[in-house]
Formats: sequence, structure tokens, C-alpha cells
Amino acid sequence: MGKSKQIDRRWLFLLIFFGVALPLIFTIGLPLETTKNVQMVYDLVDSMPKGSKALISFDYDPASMPELHPMAKALVKHCFDKDINLIFTAMWPMGVQMVDDIINQLKDDYPDLNYGEDYVNLGFKAGAMITIQSMGKNFREVFPKDMNGNSIDELPIMDGINNFSNIGFVFSLSAGAPGIKEWVQIAHDAYGRPTSGGCTGVSAPAMLPYINEQKQLTGLLAGLKAAAEYELLINTPGTATSGMDAQSIAHLIILIFIAIGNINYWRDKKAGKKGGK
Amino acid sequence: MKKYLIFLFILYTCFLFSQEILLNIKDKPNDDGSALLISWDTSQIISSKIIIERETSDGKFITITSSEEPIGTFEDGSKIITGIRYEYCLTAYDSNGEIIQITRTTGESSAQWFNKDKISLLIFALLITISIVYYIFSARSGKHLYIRKIAGLESMDESVGRATEMGRPILFIPGTLDLDDMQTIAGLTILRKLAQKAAEYDAKLIVPVCRSMVLSTAKEVVKEAFMKAGHPDAYDPNSVFYLTDDQFGYVAGVDGIIVREKPAANFFLGAFYAESLILAETGFASGAIQTAGTAMPSQLPFFVVACDYTLIGEELFAASAYLSKDPHQLGSLKGQDFGKAIFIIVLVIGIILEISGVHFLKDFLTLH
Amino acid sequence: MKRKIPLLITFTVGIILIISEFIPHKPFGQLSGELEIWFLIISGFAILLGQLSLFKVNILKIKYKQRDWQFYTITLISFIIMVTLGFLWGTGKSAGMLGQGEVISNILGYKPFDYLFHNIYQHLQATMFSLLAFFIASAAYRAFIGRTVESNLLLVSAVLVMLGNTTLGSLLTGWLPESLNFLHLPKISEFIMTFPTTAGQRAIMIGAGLGIIGSSLRIILGIERSYLGGE
Repeated sequence: MGKSKQIDRRWLFLLIFFGVALPLIFTIGLPLETTKNVQMVYDLVDSMPKGSKALISFDYDPASMPELHPMAKALVKHCFDKDINLIFTAMWPMGVQMVDDIINQLKDDYPDLNYGEDYVNLGFKAGAMITIQSMGKNFREVFPKDMNGNSIDELPIMDGINNFSNIGFVFSLSAGAPGIKEWVQIAHDAYGRPTSGGCTGVSAPAMLPYINEQKQLTGLLAGLKAAAEYELLINTPGTATSGMDAQSIAHLIILIFIAIGNINYWRDKKAGKKGGK
Repeated sequence: MKKYLIFLFILYTCFLFSQEILLNIKDKPNDDGSALLISWDTSQIISSKIIIERETSDGKFITITSSEEPIGTFEDGSKIITGIRYEYCLTAYDSNGEIIQITRTTGESSAQWFNKDKISLLIFALLITISIVYYIFSARSGKHLYIRKIAGLESMDESVGRATEMGRPILFIPGTLDLDDMQTIAGLTILRKLAQKAAEYDAKLIVPVCRSMVLSTAKEVVKEAFMKAGHPDAYDPNSVFYLTDDQFGYVAGVDGIIVREKPAANFFLGAFYAESLILAETGFASGAIQTAGTAMPSQLPFFVVACDYTLIGEELFAASAYLSKDPHQLGSLKGQDFGKAIFIIVLVIGIILEISGVHFLKDFLTLH
Repeated sequence: MKRKIPLLITFTVGIILIISEFIPHKPFGQLSGELEIWFLIISGFAILLGQLSLFKVNILKIKYKQRDWQFYTITLISFIIMVTLGFLWGTGKSAGMLGQGEVISNILGYKPFDYLFHNIYQHLQATMFSLLAFFIASAAYRAFIGRTVESNLLLVSAVLVMLGNTTLGSLLTGWLPESLNFLHLPKISEFIMTFPTTAGQRAIMIGAGLGIIGSSLRIILGIERSYLGGE
């Protein structure tokens, strides 16, 4: 660590607080453009034929809601618009509540959607990788019943779903482990299903190696920015779009402080040289 | 001639009809015989929907899958038993829901003794294993093995000494994943050495954990270390305790400990996610000397910024060998280096071949 | 004997799991699955051990009135409240001992457990995670000082990625013509993340992967025993 004079970090915290809070109240509406990874996810969903089935796993909890919830909502909305039937699962216990929350938010926009036909919430299952592996072998043994205790044999959406074969694509909204990595290793690597995911901005660098020629991951929604881009692609600005102003201002404050830090460092260095050794 | 033409016409009609629906049942290769691969082609007839059923042991047919696609494949993995021949029935419907045609066929699954898809994995696993085992045994012969200095591990004495001088505790966090993650085990091997040193210096050690399985193992590790150091009476069974499985609940608990107890030295060694920087920055603010180590690439930058020493990736796994200086363990590190050399060679060859448009190596290495 | 049995179990289970990766035929294919289920069962029982530890440590601190003992009381009270509410009226659609608790649900809008979950727990979690924003800011301020050539490179890439990952990037370079698309900050940021960052990440992953293989072999062969408390 440098010995140069540093500003008390509490000033920085205070500025970050206002920098985040104010743009959330007073929206600026800064411009946004779509990046490749987000476009790949959009294209994957868009290419699915009407009536196909997708598995979306909610592998996060309330802590990551601000980042992952907007992208979850945008993705689910896009799927419903495309008439893709959705099978929801959760590898994190709190993921079940996250699914419910998203469905409740979208319920009014899609009054014709029927539970059990257009979507189903299979709930949480412990076991992480082992559970995903078992799903690949026999879906019905892992999830004999849905969240509400209905036998999945009675749910029309589950007709013909015995493993990953009839699933158009798998999507994991992940805040850690188990999450994207585990789904890639099983759903894509072992069963060859197109797999995609959304994660927090912090964990994005660890996921990027999976976006490769083998398409272990078909695109990635990383952080709030990706969520905002997705909202832009489906023409439904939401919380991510408004949150982007806050994120941008916070980044700007950090950049200003980095600049101040460097100026201080160079000034001290110069003063040290002038003062002699 | 006429007869001949009629015969040809009948033959042609039969051929056409036989082409209408193709239903194929094959054993799924490289599995334990619990799945059959079904493929169909109804492109010769105009159907809007097909339903495939399978006969059960009591003679009834159950629906396996349905599709609106004329050509498709499906993997039937529901309760397939090896050695039993299953009968499948494909029914094609028109847009009015009327049956156009029914086709039946049978198939049988079998289990394989070797998964050919994983041959490249086996070759690499064998190469690396053989090299590690070879170097472990060659180390036994007394051959001197060099290992570079790892500052994070060298600093352990300094950290424990500082904690003793200041009369403050040492905090150890073995990551936030369970015992089935190798990083947690690597963290616990370092804990053993650290606990031993803490016992020797009579420094207080605090180990809050977030997994119950890790709790019992960490307790055992610390207890044995205190016994080995000759201070079994100094071992406090409550120094290793469980907080919560919840990621941020755990962070809140540990941050509370850092703020209240003000440990002189913090060790974060194991698997971490978003909590890494919250822990490390709180520790930094409290003025503790901090050592971190993880194989989580996305968390390493945070630790590098906020900690005094960071074990990067493989250094965490090398810690046990480094600290024990046991020739067998050091030998295994040498074996790992050999593995790394193999990777580099294959990578370079792979890049050259891919640029030249030759893809066989990539295809060989791709796991299906 | 105390050490030999665990070592023998580790060796046997380790070898079986490696073999089962390549041999799908019975009994190997099934055995690996069975062993994985065993781990789940054991960890299920171990949860009880964790709760006992939590109670014991907190009760002792309250009993001996250690510094800040009030905090430990809050932990225990919160724990008891959540467990009790869950037992009595259940959570989500599942019923508790006293049924679905329609009367309370009508008043609160949720079941008591879910009410606390949505209104307290969820926000506490988000608060803890939000701390990251403040800490990232202070850590970045400390770290990105251009002292050397390497740190200058790091500084420049950090600034480019930060700008590119926000709307500021689009604002600053959005006006550039299509022919200069490669100069768009979001594109530059994406390039940095996709190529140099990913290359570094992969290198670390390969090293860590080899480290895991090495450590696993040491444990399976019984060379590494410190996780058992031994040498």
C-alpha cells in the first residue's frame, strides 16, 4: 500500500451512497448499447420454436436480488412472449421464493397463462451437482412432485419430460455454487443441451471462459448492465434500466477517486524527489 | 410386359409406404443401459403431431414423448432395464386430430464397460496420475526437490508472533463451501499447522465455520494440532464454532467478530464468493495482517487488493506439501508441474493445428 | 487403527469414484451415485451438529455475560422465532402443525414465517451484499495507483472496463461512426474481458485443476492426512 496521503474512505462511502441513491430517484436516462454476450442469450430464446420447453433454475437468494431479479424478469417475460413453456427449479433454497416473486410480478401482464400448462415451479432440491446429474438420468425421480405437491405426471407441461432431452435450453440465474458452472458441466457437457446463464457482475470473469467455440455457455447475462441491455432488447425498460444510471454514477465517483489517488501519489512522489533523499 | 409393369408398380407403392414413417430405437452408447435413443422421420407424410408410446410390462402403452416436429430424436431414460426388449408405437395425427398412421418397432438397451467418449480424459488423467505417482516414489529415494518460496505461507510465523505480542486472537476462515470442495480441505490442512503454531505461542485461535461437516472436521484438526504441540489443555472446544449456512449471514457474523475481537491476524483460506471482499476489507480496516488463498479466479483480485499475502490457485493446494516439507508430498508437486508441461505442449500444438485448419485434436479432446 | 480405517475408506471410495467416471456398467455407474447420496444424508445429519454448536457457543457467552452478550441473545431469539413460526404455520404453500394459518395470513399478507422472510431477512441479506459496492470503491481507490508499468496497465484496463460496463461508455463513444465500432468503449471492455481476462482466468483454472488432482491423489493414497488431524 502506498504511504501517500489518502482520503478517509468514509467520504468515499458517503459519496457512493448519494451517487447510487439520487439517480434511482431522479432518472437521467443515459444511453445503452447491446453487447455480444447478451445478444447471444436473446438470440437463443428468440430461436426457440413456439411451444418448446425451457428449464430455468433460480440459483440465488435475496442478497443478489437487485442484480439478478431484473434479468430474471426480463428473461421470463421474453420466454412467455415467445410462447416458451417454462419449468422452474431452484438449487438454492431461497430460489423458490424468487420464482414466486417473478411470477407474481408478471401475472397481470399474462392473465391467460396457466400453471401446469405454460409454466411449473418444481421447487428446491438439495444436492447441487448430484441433483442436476440425477435430473439428466431421470427427471421424475428427482422431482416426482411440483412445489404444490401435484404429481408431475398430472401436469401437461411435463409430458414427455424424462430428462434434458425435450428441454430446448437450460438457463441458470446464479449467485454462486451451485449455479452456472454445475449446469454447464452436466446439462451441456454431459447431455449436450444449449445452456446459458445470468450471474452477478462480480462473478462474471469466472464464467466467461465457458463462452467458447464449443458453446458451453450460449451467452451470459452479467450483472445489472446485461439486465438493462436485455430489457432494451425486449423493449421493456424496467428496474435494471433505471438502476444503470445509479451504477454509472457510482462508477464515475470511483473513477474520480482513482484519479485523485493517482494525483496524490504523483504529487507526493514529486515532493519526495524535490526534498532529496 | 403388363404383368411386369404391375409388379413394378406394386413394388414401388410398397416402397413408398414403407418410407412414410421411420421409427428407430437404438441403445444409447456409453451408458449404464438405462436409456434408449428414439429417432423418427415422418417427413414423407403430412402430420401435425406425433405421439410415441412404450409398452409396459402389463401390456399397456404409456406416452413417452410427443412432438410437432416431423424429424426428431428423444432419449427415453425412464425405468429402462437392460436386457428387456421394449415395444414402441408412433402414432401420427393430422391437423384434425385424426390418426394418419401407426408404426411399431422394438429396441433393447445394453450397458457398456467403457465410456469411449471419455478416452481423452482417461489418457490425460493417466498421464498426470502416473507422473505424480512417479515423482512421489522418486522423492522417496532421497532426491532433493526444490520448491520456491511462498510468501503467504512463510508469513505464518510472523502473523502468529504478532498476535501473541498484541494479545489478540487469530481468525481462520476455511471458506464458505462444504467439505466436498477440495479448497476447503486445503484450507483445513493449513489450519492444522496454524493451530499447532498458535498452541506453541499460546495465541488464541477463532475458527467460525459455515458448514456443519466442516465444523466437525475443523474441531478434530485443531484438537489434534494442540495435542501434537504438547498443549492439549490449551485447546478450547468452543474456539471452533458454527455460525450459519447462509452466505451473507455468515459474513455478518464474521464481520462482527472482526470488529469486536479485533484479531491481529486473519486467514481466509478456502473457497469464497462475493463475501471475499466484504471480509477482507473489514479485516483491512481493523488493521489485521491478512493472508488469503483461494482457487476462485474471480475472487483473487479482491484478496490481492485487501490482503497482505495471497495464495493464488494452485499455491493453496501446494500449502500442505510446502509446510510439511514431506518429500512424498513435494514429489506430488513435481508431478503436477509435469502435468502443466503436458498442458502447455498440447495447447501449443492445438493452436497450431487449429490455425492450420486441422481439427482432429480439438475433436478428440472435446467431451461429448 | 483410528487412522487406518478412515484412510482405507478414503482410498476405496476415491478409487471407486474415479473408476465409475469411465465405467458406466453396473455396479460402478450406480455406486458413484449411491455414494453421492450418502454424502447428502451425512451432511443432513451434520446440520443438527451445527445447530447444537450454535446454541452451545451462544448460551455459554450469555451465561458468563461475556462482552456484548446481548448480541448473542438476539441470535438465539431470532433462531427460535423463525423455527417456531415455521413449525406452527409452515412456509409457502406447505402447512404447519396448526394448519395454514389463514387468519394471520389475512392480517399480515403472508404466513408469519414468510412475512419475516420478506420483510426482514430479505433486506438484511441485500444490505450485507450492498456493502460490497462501498468496499469495492475503497479497494479500487487504494489499488489502482500507477506506480509501475504493470500497475499502469492495470489502471488503464480498469478504467476502460469500468467505463465500458456502464452507460457512460455508450455516452462517451456512442457517437462514433460504424467504421470505428472497435473504439466503442463497451466493445473495448468486452474485448478486455473476453480475451486477456479470460486467458488469465483459464491459466489459473488449469493450475488450480492440477492442484486439485494432486491434492486428491495425495489424499486417496494416504500421503496427505492432515485433514484427519494427523501428519
